[in-house]
Amino acid sequence: MSDELLKPDELIANIEPAPPRKGWMDTPINIRKGMYCYASNHKSVASLDLPNARPWNPLEDDWKLPENWKDIIFNGFRERLDKFRSFKVFMDICVRCGACADKCHFFIGSGDPKNMPVLRAELLRSIYRNDFTTAGKVFGKMVGAREMTMDVLKEWWYYLFQCTECRRCSVFCPYGIDTAEITIMGRELLNLLGLNIDWIATPIANCNRTGNHLGIQPHAFKDMLDFFVEDIEEITGITVEPQYNKKGADILFITPSGDVFADPGTYTCMGYMLYFHFLKEKYGLDVTWSTYASEGGNFGLFTSHEMMKRLNSKMYAEAKRLGVKWILGGECGHMWRVINQYMDTMNGPTDFMEEPVSPITGTKFENAKSTKMVHIAEFTADLIKHGKLDLDKSRNDHLKVTFHDSCNPARAMGMLDEPRYVINNVCNHFYEMPSNTIREQTFCCGSGAGLNAGENLELRMMGGLPRANAVKHVHEKYGVNTLSCVCAIDRAALPPLMEYWVPEVEVNGLHEMVANALIIPGENERTTDLRGEPLAGMEGDDVE
Amino acid sequence: MKNYLLSLIAVIVLALIAYVGAEAATWPQYVFGIIIPYLAMTIFIMGTIRKILGWARSPVPFRIPSTCGQQKSLPWIKQSKIDNPFTFFGVIVRMVLEVFLFRSLFRNTKCKMSKGGKIFFDLEKWLWVGAIVFHWSFLVVLLRHLRFFTNPVPGCIQFLEQVDGFIQIGLPGIFLSGFALVAGAVFLLVRRIVIPQVRYISLASDYFPLFLIIGIALTGILMRYFTKVDIVGAKEILMGLVTFHPSISANINGIFYVHLFLVSILLVYIPFSKLMHMGGIFFSPTRNLANNSRAVRHINPWNYPVKVHTYDEYEDDYREKMIEAGLPVEKE
Amino acid sequence: MKLGNILSQKKSTIVKKWFDSVAKTYAEDTAKFLKNQADPFANPVGGSLSTGLEALMDELIQGMHRETIVSFLDPIIRIRAVQAFTPSKATAFIFKLKQVIRQSIAGELKEKEIADELLTFEIKIDELALIAFDIYVECREKIYELQANEMKNRTYSAFKRANLVSEIE
Repeated sequence: MSDELLKPDELIANIEPAPPRKGWMDTPINIRKGMYCYASNHKSVASLDLPNARPWNPLEDDWKLPENWKDIIFNGFRERLDKFRSFKVFMDICVRCGACADKCHFFIGSGDPKNMPVLRAELLRSIYRNDFTTAGKVFGKMVGAREMTMDVLKEWWYYLFQCTECRRCSVFCPYGIDTAEITIMGRELLNLLGLNIDWIATPIANCNRTGNHLGIQPHAFKDMLDFFVEDIEEITGITVEPQYNKKGADILFITPSGDVFADPGTYTCMGYMLYFHFLKEKYGLDVTWSTYASEGGNFGLFTSHEMMKRLNSKMYAEAKRLGVKWILGGECGHMWRVINQYMDTMNGPTDFMEEPVSPITGTKFENAKSTKMVHIAEFTADLIKHGKLDLDKSRNDHLKVTFHDSCNPARAMGMLDEPRYVINNVCNHFYEMPSNTIREQTFCCGSGAGLNAGENLELRMMGGLPRANAVKHVHEKYGVNTLSCVCAIDRAALPPLMEYWVPEVEVNGLHEMVANALIIPGENERTTDLRGEPLAGMEGDDVE
Repeated sequence: MKNYLLSLIAVIVLALIAYVGAEAATWPQYVFGIIIPYLAMTIFIMGTIRKILGWARSPVPFRIPSTCGQQKSLPWIKQSKIDNPFTFFGVIVRMVLEVFLFRSLFRNTKCKMSKGGKIFFDLEKWLWVGAIVFHWSFLVVLLRHLRFFTNPVPGCIQFLEQVDGFIQIGLPGIFLSGFALVAGAVFLLVRRIVIPQVRYISLASDYFPLFLIIGIALTGILMRYFTKVDIVGAKEILMGLVTFHPSISANINGIFYVHLFLVSILLVYIPFSKLMHMGGIFFSPTRNLANNSRAVRHINPWNYPVKVHTYDEYEDDYREKMIEAGLPVEKE
Repeated sequence: MKLGNILSQKKSTIVKKWFDSVAKTYAEDTAKFLKNQADPFANPVGGSLSTGLEALMDELIQGMHRETIVSFLDPIIRIRAVQAFTPSKATAFIFKLKQVIRQSIAGELKEKEIADELLTFEIKIDELALIAFDIYVECREKIYELQANEMKNRTYSAFKRANLVSEIE
């Protein structure tokens, strides 16, 4: 009858054990289902000539590492300290003030202390101190040093693939320590041992070979766009004629392939096609798509600097081959981090192109005169400002819109007002989310940096909670039913997030709304938007 | 053992060593008053130079500022010139605000409305205030100490003393900065111990410098207001140190040596610890670079060619299918 | 309704203790964050807990409107359904309220009338737990549905668009 001796308090305590009060170094790693992504497929790893391609499973004890894996990590660590001042400085100067601790969406959503940005970085710093600093060698654990072990490595893998490299913590850090930078380095080190996740490894292998993450072959890419041509014709009566791999075109257009294949990004893609048709008919703008450089996104950024460069090189190579004047980039988050902060440095200079000028307005894009790549929101904002687009805002009256700043355009570029200007000119109902959840303080979708897999959905739902919570607020307060964004990963990640947390909100892209509002010569009267949803005031009418 | 107790005990032991040593005999005064300070200064200078050269040796391959405001794009869109600088001047302003006013940390500091409409701060919001008080008072105290190392004392130092000591209650006048320094350091310490989130991430090496600085400030206050150290004697020793004619003075008591010894420890500690953040901030690539890498090409000194899948290889893979689909090809 | 009056009077202490017991199911440092960060946008977990628990207490005292209960219980359970909790851990906090109340009104409980009323009140708490269980299962089903749909959308619609599947018209 021992049960009777237990107090009710203890009974409940049996169901809910208080978390251990040990230090973080002594808390063992527990790889939980729903929180991790499947291991990289060895065929993908091999096809890129990346190290240690073999089948492995993170849940098994043996990760099938090379004998000398500790040396590989040590040498790789040292090499990166010597090559990146950012890494070296960020390893040294953190004072652990805790300002970043509660800024991470994964910490806010999961409550796991190791998701505090400072601790995520300490996972690497503890090894740095042990291997590369005098104090660490002498005082060991007292100064936060520890030896590299298999458990530490597993911890790296688990938590570095629970960071979306969104840079929100770096905004609040008094020294600008950027966890994204630390995660990037950590993932590079893991990749030296063949420890990637498949949601990243297979897309980069595909991208390398076919030009896009999904492995779409050139003819299929064209088929897809042809399919949209039919849809557009049905809705507007207009036949658009996208051009492919056209030599001598004025502008090469590159956007993430996600928008070509996955709903609801496909509607943004249709938006681009209709928009380019308008610009061609009215102003003779000559835009070409490419099947070789058919991917704007770059999962190489989530693997290593070298991989990023390998994949990114196609953009300039294709621009050179086709002889275009400059490149126009579609809506994508991390793609724009790569373009804004890495592309020209890695794969420039670009003397084979011209400094970008809008042929329609004559505006010089001074801020892009070296990379020669302009964001489509910048391009469109300029056209609207000069009154070059014929827009009927009321065609978006059925949408009550809020705007999600994607992490990279916000914190690695600063493109905040251009999309807002466009939104305000193409729709009548726009509402901002609370100020500490937008612009440079925007919350991540929870699925960036290659974490948009299916098996880690719990992680994604937790990570996206702060974003969803702010959407829920404007949904309840203003009846917002549309979450707009300028990122293809957002368009893949936010719909399930909304379905779980705020089911009445749909996700769309900026240029989907632009195309909805665009008045095109010779079009039929529009009764539906690009999705086939009736426009405001047309709900009762029969759709022909 | 608790991290902070360990650090506290370490500081107390260090202080006792100096006190007992200096009070017991004359020869340790040479050790604590001359040898150790010189040694510490040497280690500090060499260590700091080594660290900074170490950072400087690693290149900045990419331009990766954290952009915290609107970029410069179209002429009619208002750029956030400080939080998202496009020019070198903008970067300077951003850095000045960062270094002198802890601008990023300030983003943390928002007063919030509670349900009843009452404005409140919680402890965490005071981090910026505490940090400002601590660092600025430290600087003032440090500058004030120049009076012990200069002869004649420069006018600006005398002026600083007058401002710092505007409260006169008896003699000697009270220097606010000393007390503010203690208050700031104690706040940062308490915060570290009390907020579980921060305690969880804190290492012994985070508590140690705080105890050390509190120890230094308290011994300083003790000397000035209570044991009334022989200022002339103290200045003699310190002037001797900086003019390389070291000597010791008979009228100086143990507290002075404790003070000097703890300062020496701090000097030695700085280059090997996170206290290098004062230099590191200037090297932080997310803050000290302009966001203009689309307009001005940033050069990576170790940029190397990589293996790419070229268009020709791509066309070789898919030529048939491309021709069939009507896509233009290079080689028919 | 003597008990109702007592509970209304002590509501804020009871809710606070209840909140603390929920916060305790997280790591210590996280618990503090949940309690201290008052901005609901910076702290959605703590925010939904503090508004939710108070409203649930009101419902228990005043009358049990299922819709209202669901509207406040749902956000709490929805979060716990994706966090590191087993079903029992995710919902146990509701039973915890029984303890909290018994401790808070230990003195008054000597009166038989109140003790009797409490028994009825506790049945309402049980009912709350059952509703929580429903919500929990619904959330988990949603997760699996989302997972299945994502797989389907990614592969099936791609095949379909590429004209690789034949559909019965």
